[in-house]
Amino acid sequence: MTTVEERPIGFGRMLRKEDARFLRGHGTYVDDVQLPGMLHGAVLRSPLAHARIVSIDTSAAQAHPKVKAVITGETLAGLDLAWMPTLSHDVQAVLATDKVRFQGQEVAFVVAEDRYSARDALELIDVDYEPLPPVIDAKRALDPDTPVIRDDLEGRTDNKIFDWEAGDRAATDAVFRDAEVVVAQDILYPRVHPAPLETCGCVADMDPVTGKLTVWTTTQAPHAHRTVYALVAGLPEHKIRIISPDIGGGFGNKVGIYPGYVCSVVGSIVTGKPVKWMEDRSENLMSTSFARDYHMRGEIAATRDGKIRAVRVRVLADHGAFNGTAQPAKFPAGFFHVFTGSYDLEAAHCEVTGVYTNKAPGGVAYACSFRITEAVYLIERMVDVLAFELKLDPAELRMRNLLRPEQFPYTCPTGWEYDSGDYPRTLRLAMDLAGYPELRAEQARRRERGELMGIGVSFFTEAVGAGPRKHMDILGLGMADGAELRVHPTGKAVLRLSCQSQGQGHETTFAQIVAEELGIPPDDVDVVHGDTDQTPFGLGTYGSRSTPVSGAATAVVARRVRERARLVASAMLEVAPDDLEWEKGRWFVRGVPGQGKTIADIALAAHSSLELPEGVEGHLDATCVYNPPNLTYPFGAYICVVDVDAGTGQVKVRRFIAVDDCGVRINPMIVEGQIHGGLADGIGMALMQVIAFDTDGNCLGASFMDYLLPTSMECPTWELGETVTPSPHHPIGAKGVGESATVGSPAAVVNAVIDALAPYGVRHADMPLTPANVWSTMQGRPLRTDLAIT
Amino acid sequence: MQINVTVNGTEYRREVEPRLLLVHFLRDELALTGTHWGCDTSNCGVCVVWLDGTPVKSCTVLAVMADGHEVRTVEGLAGAAGLDPVQQGFMQCHGLQCGFCTPGMLMTARWLLDRDPDPSEAQIREAISGQACRCTGYENIVRAVRWAVEHEAAQEPASEPASEQAPAEAPVEVPVS
Repeated sequence: MTTVEERPIGFGRMLRKEDARFLRGHGTYVDDVQLPGMLHGAVLRSPLAHARIVSIDTSAAQAHPKVKAVITGETLAGLDLAWMPTLSHDVQAVLATDKVRFQGQEVAFVVAEDRYSARDALELIDVDYEPLPPVIDAKRALDPDTPVIRDDLEGRTDNKIFDWEAGDRAATDAVFRDAEVVVAQDILYPRVHPAPLETCGCVADMDPVTGKLTVWTTTQAPHAHRTVYALVAGLPEHKIRIISPDIGGGFGNKVGIYPGYVCSVVGSIVTGKPVKWMEDRSENLMSTSFARDYHMRGEIAATRDGKIRAVRVRVLADHGAFNGTAQPAKFPAGFFHVFTGSYDLEAAHCEVTGVYTNKAPGGVAYACSFRITEAVYLIERMVDVLAFELKLDPAELRMRNLLRPEQFPYTCPTGWEYDSGDYPRTLRLAMDLAGYPELRAEQARRRERGELMGIGVSFFTEAVGAGPRKHMDILGLGMADGAELRVHPTGKAVLRLSCQSQGQGHETTFAQIVAEELGIPPDDVDVVHGDTDQTPFGLGTYGSRSTPVSGAATAVVARRVRERARLVASAMLEVAPDDLEWEKGRWFVRGVPGQGKTIADIALAAHSSLELPEGVEGHLDATCVYNPPNLTYPFGAYICVVDVDAGTGQVKVRRFIAVDDCGVRINPMIVEGQIHGGLADGIGMALMQVIAFDTDGNCLGASFMDYLLPTSMECPTWELGETVTPSPHHPIGAKGVGESATVGSPAAVVNAVIDALAPYGVRHADMPLTPANVWSTMQGRPLRTDLAIT
Repeated sequence: MQINVTVNGTEYRREVEPRLLLVHFLRDELALTGTHWGCDTSNCGVCVVWLDGTPVKSCTVLAVMADGHEVRTVEGLAGAAGLDPVQQGFMQCHGLQCGFCTPGMLMTARWLLDRDPDPSEAQIREAISGQACRCTGYENIVRAVRWAVEHEAAQEPASEPASEQAPAEAPVEVPVS
């Protein structure tokens, strides 16, 4: 057994500090919060996708002996709370007043003494609906005869939300006009759901005496939530405290503010008691933030020998009934326009049209890095389509077109400035780890025997760490993160951060950053997060932004502490600050290594009666706000090997090789864990998970019986490799990794399955590649996976 | 109706509604919130506890069905001497991230090792196949159970591993500098 002294002081493998409570069942998730007198809320939801509300009769529910309040849209309208702003400058109904616009929409809220009674009372509410024709097929949303979903918006005559474009249309069209080879492909990235195992919920507690509202809630962005509550409800912001305790997975599902939260706050105000609301699994899958739902048409222009010259994309984006995507305000399609990927192109252009449909709102979630999942899937599928047409090996085709190391920093045709990379090295390593030539040889042998083996390659470039304040904001809030570091007199430290862990291990990795910078053990650094009364402002944890933004803030604030310590040390040692030299953990007199002071010595002195130089306040505490100068660009090469059962269409992932480059790794153990989880997500999306709808707008993925998550049986043993290309502009060279694998892996799996089906002449089929879909594709009839199979 | 349930060795007598789920009984009546709730349809397995020594999904067991029976939850896993080897394994091998599925996974892992002290990777995968994890991609959970297998004998009585360094080996990692 190793000893405490052997733990890394700084970066390296280190067991997680947070594990101790989770292993004992002592985590504190929102549903674990029990307050005296606490009541329970439940939401009545619409069974119909599109209907006018004729009347709502709550009298029987009100009469239930355990019911304390029944809230409807009418109640909320009286408080001017029936509608709330979304994170994309739209509005969303908190409780429906005029129409319901998707199945599962919130219609009424019951507050009762216990959760079972609250559910019972929902059954007693009588809603009279007048059904309206639903708009389910996004491709029909803009047809002239289609009903207008958002007739609540003044002057609205159709279902279009926005048209948006990026890149140079004329230059791109010019390349396409004289290209030797042009291939086009319709590609759907179907609607999926992040489905964290802990559903969304909250405990809202309005103290009627102090007027202070405390909300324990499943949020990835506690400070953003506080500000939005202040803006929505008109409550003074200093009287709102958002506590995001332990979170049972987020994946983007817990960024937005859901109607249930607002109803719970109102419920607490109305009853004078704390109100807990936890959605059930069906509510989670039917009503909270979905992901993707991009209908894409990709076109690629190339030379006959496989030099990719330009890419053109048209996207129909299904945003559901309210435009509730959570993304930087300037970018209605998120960061989709990074779709040029990892390749050296002459030109590129994309057009995105967002439409309303009678489906749940959302759109940016599920570890997508603001739509980079869709972008990477598009380009990586298109490269394989080109390889299919040119009869080239897909790895070789990529190698010919990857950006070269000397091109960095590289500005892509749609304007992104990639910070650093050595792409060929990473792909080569993945191919070496996979034994790529041997796999191709094995595939050829198996094909002769009639066996369907596929090898899929994908190469992704991510853009994470949103973001530079001048370019990126959410609801006008710039995306910079604060950090505060206090050093106690005995040299122990407390780091306060705005971001919030949902399992990423922040309590460990951020302590390691402080340890690296100050040379004190990570165990001596307590990380405080997830409580707006305790932490500085910042935008939260999503888009793989914690390490690129809050991690940078941590390094910067620790360096400020170090510089303060230098001044105090100079007073202690009676030398000029410039005569001091730093080695991890101590300042010493240059040339006299024996004469030095550790951070702990200095901290005590900084709090003592020691006379300090002019202008030095004492103590070592520091704060900072980190405004990233650019995004960071993690990248990686993935190779997937599958076997397809020719009789049933079932896909078995045999191997998955993932080489990630996320810059400097703070805790490699945690980085690898992040990658493992994302790879499993990729298998889930590629093969199993989809939220489809029937023609009436019934959600067909509303439980885990229908929305299939990958289990231990579908996941192989992951084979990881790494390259390290530090980010030149990040204080510690780190790039972020939380979403890399989810972004990069679906294309590898799909490319592998399509490769396996090559003997059938298959060039493309849409996710999820369920046995039914694969089998049907083998018969020449790939399924349209966003609608019910008919 | 009145029920008597022994949970982690302590007998509890409670008046409950016949429809009360065991998971809610444990969480809301006994404040044993280590057992989680996740899906209602027996698919996700975050609610796994032992009923008379066998793992069950407590979201689909009524509290009244536990009347006169013994329940063991994650809170009853660590002994006086410290963490159970499977708990240590999960820590050593980074077998948990958000921690929400962890109690159920631990209970199944302990049950598996009690029946078979040396399960193969395939047997471990099958044992946990009725339980979802959204964070780990399962591999480190499998490694964690194997860690427990390898340390079970040496770890009795178990001791806390809280100040240990992570294992340096990463079997398939190939660093390139």
